[in-house]
Amino acid sequence: MTNDVSVKTDAARPAARAEATLLPPVDVIEDAQGITLFADLPGVPRDKVTLHIEDDTLSIEGEVALPTPEGMQPSHAEVQLPKYRRVFQLSKELDADKVTAELNHGVLKLRIPKAEHAQPRKVEIRVG
Amino acid sequence: MFRSLFPRDVFAELDRLQREMQQAFDTTPSIRGVGRGGYPALNVGGTPRSVEIYAFAPGLDPSKVELNLERGVLTITGERASGLPAGEEKAAVHLNERFAGRFRRVLSLPDDIDPNAVTATYRDGVLHVSIKRREAAQPRRIQVH
Repeated sequence: MTNDVSVKTDAARPAARAEATLLPPVDVIEDAQGITLFADLPGVPRDKVTLHIEDDTLSIEGEVALPTPEGMQPSHAEVQLPKYRRVFQLSKELDADKVTAELNHGVLKLRIPKAEHAQPRKVEIRVG
Repeated sequence: MFRSLFPRDVFAELDRLQREMQQAFDTTPSIRGVGRGGYPALNVGGTPRSVEIYAFAPGLDPSKVELNLERGVLTITGERASGLPAGEEKAAVHLNERFAGRFRRVLSLPDDIDPNAVTATYRDGVLHVSIKRREAAQPRRIQVH
């Protein structure tokens, strides 16, 4: 699986924000070592997924690319926009530099590990 | 005593509200129910030669999807496994919006399709079914002598 994480600068962002996009459904699971995020991005090929991580903001974007025959007229559409976008606020203890991503059958899986210092530690309680 | 302050199930109430909104805007709902919001979402299009169906069904094992075409009715059934951890693992689920479980979607097709000329491909989480229209039904230019 490829690691698709690319970090981009502010310049590309305002235009993207004005556009209407679909909100992909996600699952977010946290364990002791980090957070796993699954997002449904059906119809988005690997090269059309973009992940921005800026400060504490994670944004997921994807563009739908479907094989359509020439001259096709849509007659019924439940998916009405060709773009997905979703933004999350990351918390401080997460290590944004170590995010890994994979895309499999239209499902994006992100793994955001917790920073070393934030990993759980057992605290001894001494009885004085 | 707190119960009475909230609707019994907030999500059920929201669902009901959404359905009512849909009924208000969708003037001709299908007899097989409201499609919007279901899994997989369907987009349908056509050309003079074929009917194209796109089922947005991410995260499936293509070998476990069943596609049936019977008397002009296309049925897509299957099951999507949950990505959530099993009970005994030490993990907290913060958001759980993705569909999991069995699904079934039914679609009635135009009369002029050829049930023997169907191709189905699963790519990037989209099941694309292409059905050719019968030769006889295709528009044809008739020569005048």
